[in-house]
Amino acid sequence: MMGNLILAPVFIHLFTAIFQLIAWRKTVTQRILSVSGALAALIAAIALFTEVYSHGTFTINASNWKAPFAIVFVADLLGATMVLLASIAGFAVSLFSATGLSRQRMLYGYFPIFHFLLMGLNGAFLTGDIFNLYVWFEVIIIASFVLMTLGGRKNQLEGAMKYMSMNILASMFFLTGIGILYGMTGSLNMADLSEKMHDVQNRSLVGITSVFFLLGFGIKSAVFPLYFWLPSSYHTPPSAVAATFGGLLTKVGIYAMLRVHSLIFIPDDFTKKLLMVIAVLTILTGSFGALNKTNIRRLFSYLIVCHIGFMVGGIAMFSKLALMGTIFYLIHDIMVKTNMFLISGFIMQLRGVVKMEKLGGLYKEYPKISLMIAIVLLSLVGIPPLSGFWPKVYLFREAFTEHHYFFIAALILGSLVTLYVIARLWAEAFWKDVPPDIVVENKFEPLPLFRKCLLLLPIGILGTVSVYIGLNAENIIQVADRIATELLDTSSYVKAVLK
Amino acid sequence: MELLLILVIGMLYAGGIYFILRRSMVKLLLGIMLLGSATNILIFVLGAIVKGKPPIIGSMQDVLDKASADPVPQALILTAIVISFALTAFAIVLLKRVYALLETDDLDDLNTPEEEDI
Repeated sequence: MMGNLILAPVFIHLFTAIFQLIAWRKTVTQRILSVSGALAALIAAIALFTEVYSHGTFTINASNWKAPFAIVFVADLLGATMVLLASIAGFAVSLFSATGLSRQRMLYGYFPIFHFLLMGLNGAFLTGDIFNLYVWFEVIIIASFVLMTLGGRKNQLEGAMKYMSMNILASMFFLTGIGILYGMTGSLNMADLSEKMHDVQNRSLVGITSVFFLLGFGIKSAVFPLYFWLPSSYHTPPSAVAATFGGLLTKVGIYAMLRVHSLIFIPDDFTKKLLMVIAVLTILTGSFGALNKTNIRRLFSYLIVCHIGFMVGGIAMFSKLALMGTIFYLIHDIMVKTNMFLISGFIMQLRGVVKMEKLGGLYKEYPKISLMIAIVLLSLVGIPPLSGFWPKVYLFREAFTEHHYFFIAALILGSLVTLYVIARLWAEAFWKDVPPDIVVENKFEPLPLFRKCLLLLPIGILGTVSVYIGLNAENIIQVADRIATELLDTSSYVKAVLK
Repeated sequence: MELLLILVIGMLYAGGIYFILRRSMVKLLLGIMLLGSATNILIFVLGAIVKGKPPIIGSMQDVLDKASADPVPQALILTAIVISFALTAFAIVLLKRVYALLETDDLDDLNTPEEEDI
């Protein structure tokens, strides 16, 4: 009975999407279904998380086949945490899109595809089978292709072309890796693979296979030098879509890296060095890219790349403290990055533009809302005691003990650049007066109070979660501590799967 | 048989990579399709090719009594083919829309500069 709970976050989104397909073109029904479905998934995710947190990893085997042969779904603490985060972000985006999205996009099936995307994400976080992970990745990318192109504006299609070709290529690398892995071990179950990988004699082939996986996940999580598709496509779709993408999609790549490197390819010195170089260059290129951007959404896209580097650096060190830093940063980043893009959508509603030189006067008009946004911006920068600060402490400390001084320099530079661009954003969009020749077209003011609240509620929810993460850091550290322990010693995971 | 297939895989990968490095969008798509086929055949070869021994359990037996072909790679390939079919179909439609909108096949023309953002 408990095992079925694992599938609840996947199935709730599946059925929500199916019911929405039945209610095709009935946008009000679809909106209600979307919000209630996302809420149900959130409740299921909380139940799953509490169950895993108090009773440890549990699994369900498809069709009750015995473990290494069945497609197995595993809820360990990492997976359950990711599902919980995805559900919080999904609920917030669902609320936001119910008001913030144009009716035209809803008519062309935004909501069902959105729920298929969330289904794919939850499936990817919960599966314990490497080929099944590939299938969930494909569910995610095909849903994201549709979301990205929905609306069919010129720059959207241009962005989608790059996004699509790079992501298909990433899946191809991933699939090639899976093929070689199966040829070497004859298994696809990740727990089973982790036991069988020790016995493989041909170590150089193992190294090559791990590079295939690294390439696939590297493209997906947008690390240097594979990230160029991200800044050239994430600013094009509507903000609700960009929020899901920016908050969750690149993090699936990081999740997969954590999973594969902890279970199948335990990082050796070469992989660690490679990952460290990648991390440093990702932070540098991401932050340099963010420096000269005046379009808020292009700016946020580069910040995603920059902060992915922090997490990869933690994986590169692969010690307990470093992994705790990575996981804490992951938790913080999903909440904040989703919120950033929602905020850019909110600014779009207020002003109709997201270019800094055309913005201004937001603080004068909406002081309370601006202060709420300021808290979110400050947690992104990592001002203590807000959420971005704590994981950096861990990463710093571990980098010092392991003598990765380039990484420390990159961390400091990345944080400073984040601070600089956020300060500039605040000065340009909120403090400066409205430029004289700009005619403001405010879509927010004429909305009824209920819909105004509906637009602001998701930003508020995610902001509250960020503040909670910052102020109650000890709870999050406990979770991160347990996840890091489980990642370094996978015996409990393997035992739970293979029983 | 294996040697022949390995040569085919190598050629498909080489051709696919050559195509995706071109500037034409149609060739990009063709390259992705070639790479997909190459990957599928690679899985097939790595699953060890066995001739004339289907993995069918006889009516009087509970388990397979002799070494036989592994059905898993074929199931994997089938899944991968279905997925790449869907992706290719989407890619073709997207390509057609891009061509209708921009009237170009050159990937270098797909750059709306930042100045035109709203």
